[in-house]
This record gives sequence, C-alpha cells and structure tokens, in this order.
Amino acid sequence: MRALATLKAQVRLSVTTSLQYRADFLVDAAVELFWIAAAIYPLVVVFDRTDSLGGWSFDAALIVAGIFAILQGVMEGLISPSLTGLVEQVRKGTFDFVLVKPVDSQLFVSFSKVQPWRCINALVGLGLIVRSLHRIGYVPSAYDLFATTVALTASVAFLYAFWLVAASTAFYVIRIDNITYLFSSVLDAARWPRSVFRGVMRLVFTFVIPLALMTSYPAEALLGRLDGTTLAASAAAGVLALVVSRLLWKRAVNHYASASS
Amino acid sequence: MSVRSTARSVRAMLRIGFLDAIAYRGETIVWMLSTTMPLVMFLLWSAAADGKPIGRYGAGELHASFLAAFVVRQLGGSWAAWQINMEVRDGTLGMRLLRPVNPIVHYAIEQAAHVPVRAFFSMPVALLFFALDPLIHAPKEPLLLVLFPISVLGAWALSFLMNVIVGALAFFIEQSVKLMDVYTALFFVFSGYMVPLDLFPEPVRVVLDYLPFRYQMGLSVELLTGALSPAVALRLVVQQWVMVALVTLVAHLVFRRGVRHFEAYGG
Repeated sequence: MRALATLKAQVRLSVTTSLQYRADFLVDAAVELFWIAAAIYPLVVVFDRTDSLGGWSFDAALIVAGIFAILQGVMEGLISPSLTGLVEQVRKGTFDFVLVKPVDSQLFVSFSKVQPWRCINALVGLGLIVRSLHRIGYVPSAYDLFATTVALTASVAFLYAFWLVAASTAFYVIRIDNITYLFSSVLDAARWPRSVFRGVMRLVFTFVIPLALMTSYPAEALLGRLDGTTLAASAAAGVLALVVSRLLWKRAVNHYASASS
Repeated sequence: MSVRSTARSVRAMLRIGFLDAIAYRGETIVWMLSTTMPLVMFLLWSAAADGKPIGRYGAGELHASFLAAFVVRQLGGSWAAWQINMEVRDGTLGMRLLRPVNPIVHYAIEQAAHVPVRAFFSMPVALLFFALDPLIHAPKEPLLLVLFPISVLGAWALSFLMNVIVGALAFFIEQSVKLMDVYTALFFVFSGYMVPLDLFPEPVRVVLDYLPFRYQMGLSVELLTGALSPAVALRLVVQQWVMVALVTLVAHLVFRRGVRHFEAYGG
C-alpha cells in the first residue's frame, strides 16, 4: 500500500518537474521524430530493391518499426531518465539519500524521474502501425489486440529488466554516463523484423538478448500470426526477466560503497 | 615556447588522455560497444540480399563493407561533444582556458590519445573476422592502401571538429547534446554507415559529395574495400582534406565566439 502511495507521489512530482521544462519537450520531440525518420529510411532503400525481407512485406516491417517506436517512447519517457539519474547518483554518492529512505530502493529509483512528455515516439509509432494495417487491409480481432497487449507488456518488462541490470553496473564501474547510448545502440537491432536474424545471431537475439522477439512478437500478434503457446512463453519470460533483474539489483546495491569524503 | 618544450607538453597531454581512457576504461568500452550498428545493418542487408546481389553488393562485398565500417568507426570516431558540453555547463572549461594551449588543440590531443586504446580492444576483433571470413579479401591496389590511413586521419579530424562545433554550441544553448544526436542521425544515414552510399539514388549522391558525412566514414570504407579507382580515390581524399581545412576554420570561429560568452558558472 505504501509502495503505491510512494509511486503516486513520485509520478506526480516528476510530472510537475518536467512541466517546468516545456521548451525541452519541443526539442526532444523534434529530435525523436528525426530519429524515427532516419531509422525508417534504410527500410525504404532496402524495399526499393526487394519485395520481401524473409517473408515480411514493407508494411509488415513498418509495423515492427512502429512497435519499436512505441517501446522507445516507453523507454525514453518512463524508464531511462530515472535510471540515467541513478548512474549519476552512484557516482556522486547521493545514492546514500535513497538508501536511507524507508522505501524499496529499486521502486524509488525506477520511478524517480518519469517524463511522460518524452513518450512522443509512442504516438508516432501508433500512427505508423495504424497506417500500415490500413495499407495491408487487415483488421485485428479483439483477441489479436489482447495478444498484442500481452506481448507488448512482456517486451516492456524485458526492456525495464535490461535497463535495471545495465544501470546496476554503475555500482561496479563508476563512470558510465554513456550507458544510454550503449543501450539504444543495442536496442537498434530490434528495429527490423526477426527474419533478419539468421544462424548464430538468431540464437543470440532470441535467447540471450531477446531483441528479435521484443518487437516482432507484438507485430505478429497484431497481424493474427502469433500462436498461443509462444505468447504464453513470452509472458513467462517477461516475468522471469523481472525476477532475475531484481536479484541482480540487490547484489549490486550491496556492492555500493558511497562516494565523497 | 621552444620546440622542445612544445614537444614535451604535447607528450604530457597525450599521456594524460591515454591514462584517462585507461582509467575510465568502462566508459571507453561502452563507447566502443555502442558502435554495433555495422553489425545490425549488415544483418539487415544480408537478409535483404538473400543470396542475390543488391547493386554491386554480393555477400562478399557486404561482409567487407560492414567490417570496414566497423574499423573506420573505431579509429575515426570522436565523442568530444559530450565532454565539451559538460565542461561548458559545469564550468570546468575555465581550467582549460587558463592553460597556454589553444583549447581545441588541447581537446584534440586528449581525444587522439583515446584512439590507441580503442584500437587495442577492437582491432583484434576486426582482424579475427578478416582472417576467418573467406569472403573478405585484402585490397589489391597499393595506392588505395596508402590513402586509407590518410583518409582515416581525415575522418577522425572531421568527426572531432564537428563535435567541437556542436559541443561549442553549449555556450549559446542548453541542449547542444541534442543537436549532436541530430547530427549523429544524419551521419548514420548519409555517411555510408547504415546504407552503402552507391545504393542511394544519383541526385542524393551528388549532394553527399559536398557534405562532411561521406568523408567521415564512406570514403575510408570504399578505399579499404577497393571500390574506387585510383584517380577518383585521390580526388576524394583531396576533397576530404579541403573539407577538414574549412571545418577547422569554422570550429575555431565558433569556439572563439563561444568563449567570449562563457561565464564559468560555479567553478
């Protein structure tokens, strides 16, 4: 109960804070739109030369790109600002103040800097998806939408778990302000449909870093191509990722030795 | 200042940059790992090719091209904008201005010292791929091999100077790192990093000859993969260095104007 109240207070506080920086929002929005366009351009060039990317049409590939934009929006708005803040807190030693608070440190850190305005990508992604569905001429059923929601939630869980683990490395390696860049560049591989990954890469991006599935499964679910077993497996994997990242976080916090003095 | 004392201070600055890269090797490695884009793009293009060549790119050309892109990014990349931005904002730039060295030169020497550290980690990987992949061949034309290091140096200089220019905008606006993101996005698309340049439509290619992006990446890649005739290669390298000279001038002017604006908050 108390956790919920803390969460509510934190979200309210960070929304108020980010409202103070409205001009930032405009710059962010412009940059994000630009990135989405830049990321789609290679697809345009590729499909200029071929009709199918391992069975995915241009419009289906755009749905994957749309899901990617949604995930990126969730990450930029809800996940990464807080955890980037964590890296700084650990370096400066102000993480002390988190530890002395009578709330769960992971909960506190994870939602300390929510910036809903930065979710702009998600809107663009949604637009991209609707447009592509329209062009394909497929109307998702209620079940498809449900499956998409489950698959997307699992993907967000994965994303959060990865971020938490990556940010936890700050306790071991002090100066990693650039972790965000690493993160977004690894995530870049999720822009394309999973048929792009073959051989060893397919194994790595399915089982080690399930990037291939994070965007392709929700897209397939939306097109009514994802079977129930796969859906259940990805939901289970999402839960597992959360549990594992929680354990790793606890280990990392024990390693914290403060700074200053 | 005599030649000897200059040489000594350059050596000292190189040493400091080198030690900085080693001390914060975590950060250095993270910058390196964040250059996985050639791999990602390679996967996309291979899937698109699916056995048939795209343009002049068969499987062998794709392998060579993206391995070369990886090498060039490691050796010719620069991330000075983030450092400059931070130093302008927290006022530590003041310390730099006190020294009897041009701050841009100072940054350049420090940043240059990071390159051997990156090479140490990344070149074994590249050589391994080169040795194991039967589809990749060493370039045959000797002139291209001679021009390659010159072009990488030029690519590094251009990346560094563009970083200085955008980083120096931090004197005037708060979000200069965001602008660096925009520049990076343009660079990714138009330098040959994500899309091999000869797959662009003709009009785009003509424009790209006059922009810095190609000279930061694509040119060196084309030299290493032997995609250019000696005459064209020579002309492009000359163009690259003309561009380096122009951008040096711009960087110098922007930085000088910026420093007049600088108030060294905090400090």
